[in-house]
Amino acid sequence: MRGLCAVYRKELCDHFSSYRFIVLFALIAMVSFITSYMAGMHLRENLGGLSRTKFPFLMLFSTPGALFSMVQFVAFFGPLIGLVLGFDSINRERAHGTLIKLISQPIYRDAVINGKFLAAVATISIMLISIVLVISGFGLAIVGVVPGIDEIWRLLIYLVISIFYISFWLGVSMLFSIFFRNIATSALASVALWIFLSFFVSLGADVVANAVAPVGNQREIRPEILVKNARVKDMVSLCSPMVLYSNATATIIDPMRKTTRSITLMGPAEQILASRFQNPLRLGQSVIVVFPYMTALIALTLVCFAISYFVFMLQEIRT
Amino acid sequence: MGSDIMIETTGLTKKYKNQTAVDHLSFKVKKGQIFGFLGPNGAGKTTTILMLLGLSRPSAGDARVCNLDPLRRPRDVKCLVGYLPENGGFYGDLDAVQSLEYVASLNGIQKHRASEKTHELLELVGLSGEKRKKVSAFSRGMKQRLGFAEVLIKDPKILFLDEPTLGLDPDGALRLMELIESLNRDRDITVLLSSHNLHQVQKISHSVGIMINGRMVAEGSIASLAEEKFGVGEKEYTLEEVYMKYFREV
Repeated sequence: MRGLCAVYRKELCDHFSSYRFIVLFALIAMVSFITSYMAGMHLRENLGGLSRTKFPFLMLFSTPGALFSMVQFVAFFGPLIGLVLGFDSINRERAHGTLIKLISQPIYRDAVINGKFLAAVATISIMLISIVLVISGFGLAIVGVVPGIDEIWRLLIYLVISIFYISFWLGVSMLFSIFFRNIATSALASVALWIFLSFFVSLGADVVANAVAPVGNQREIRPEILVKNARVKDMVSLCSPMVLYSNATATIIDPMRKTTRSITLMGPAEQILASRFQNPLRLGQSVIVVFPYMTALIALTLVCFAISYFVFMLQEIRT
Repeated sequence: MGSDIMIETTGLTKKYKNQTAVDHLSFKVKKGQIFGFLGPNGAGKTTTILMLLGLSRPSAGDARVCNLDPLRRPRDVKCLVGYLPENGGFYGDLDAVQSLEYVASLNGIQKHRASEKTHELLELVGLSGEKRKKVSAFSRGMKQRLGFAEVLIKDPKILFLDEPTLGLDPDGALRLMELIESLNRDRDITVLLSSHNLHQVQKISHSVGIMINGRMVAEGSIASLAEEKFGVGEKEYTLEEVYMKYFREV
């Protein structure tokens, strides 16, 4: 434990005093200020005449103002935080010759990787929590509504999912920093994987779906082909952690949404339900809807860390 | 007499994919000795040290450090052994005091005790004037002395020094050697000293071992090794002559 605590403190200290953290934090804080401001102005204009709005507070996070909402922003660029915090965590120590010194101290070897991971997760948590708090305060001033207890719970769940999502990318970049001796290689590899999984998988999903169940070129489209196409597209795009994350937070942050499925995949009864009942989902129900995505995301994060852990423990320390 | 032996290996072997780095190595180092661990580059000295610390898993054979198995109880061994690696690095953004305090915290030394020891050791290695200077601004000699202080903060019983004088100026190397000698004398610390500076090794070591291609080809006091190779004579051979003789024969 003592080794873990020492490494954890040192790493946390390093993160907070590093320029890269300050630059990143400034960037993200700025963007979230702007998005929440836009969302706030948008809300004030559009909700002005309504007597009773549902969850106006959460809309601060989910309403795209001019460009994108806070939630979308985290989905797109949150991974960058994880990557930046982790891409050189092990191979920098190796390159500077401090790793051998570190593990020749009387600590367990896993204290090094655990301490580094936990310190980075703590940094991510502090970052996200403070951003959400800033937006909340900002929104209170602009929109002038107080969040209900339900909304606070939803925000908390959203925060936990987001922390896991960014930690997944942290785990990926740490894994690369163990695999690759060269810092530039691990940085490029993790960014490449991020771009591939976040942006190209959804393109690939279209291609695969159209190859398996072609729609569009026939004169009349059979409904089962259409459904199959949508199913395949959904399945392939779930390979992307970003899609997983968007689905996991969908009904949590937007209670008016009742399902993560697209309209083609809904059964007739479900469609009627969706159009007839306009009330928001209760918190418990929202959680149930996205539970599979949440579990998958958390499992992915843990698996990713576990792989880095074992690779690091079994690796020859000799450089 | 088991407690008298600080380091002991029997048939220690380390194989990488297609080459044998350490080949059935057996040697002993007695308590209170300075053992000169000699050999050409790539002979397997560093690999042996890593196995003695439990940082590398032997392919075969057995190692004992203070009667502990470094594979089974690496943490206990690392509590007793201070290791100064060759080309060991530093955190450039910390200053001397912070570096030492970090090592102290890794060793589980209490905070007030750690700062006390930090100042004591910086005094000992002659860095008390540069306490608050960033390590990245240190010269090679200063870094090496700081590394020495880091190793000593845990009050080790044994020191593994891998090329401690590499790249130091003659004066710095001499002072470091004197420091090693005084630590050995005053604190009864056993030292495993790997070095290419045969002249200095000869001056301070009690016995030497010569390792070539993963095998220990000679082990004993310098006088006995000279006797073995050159026969008994009036002339006193230097370690360098003895070493070269062994080296050429292999």
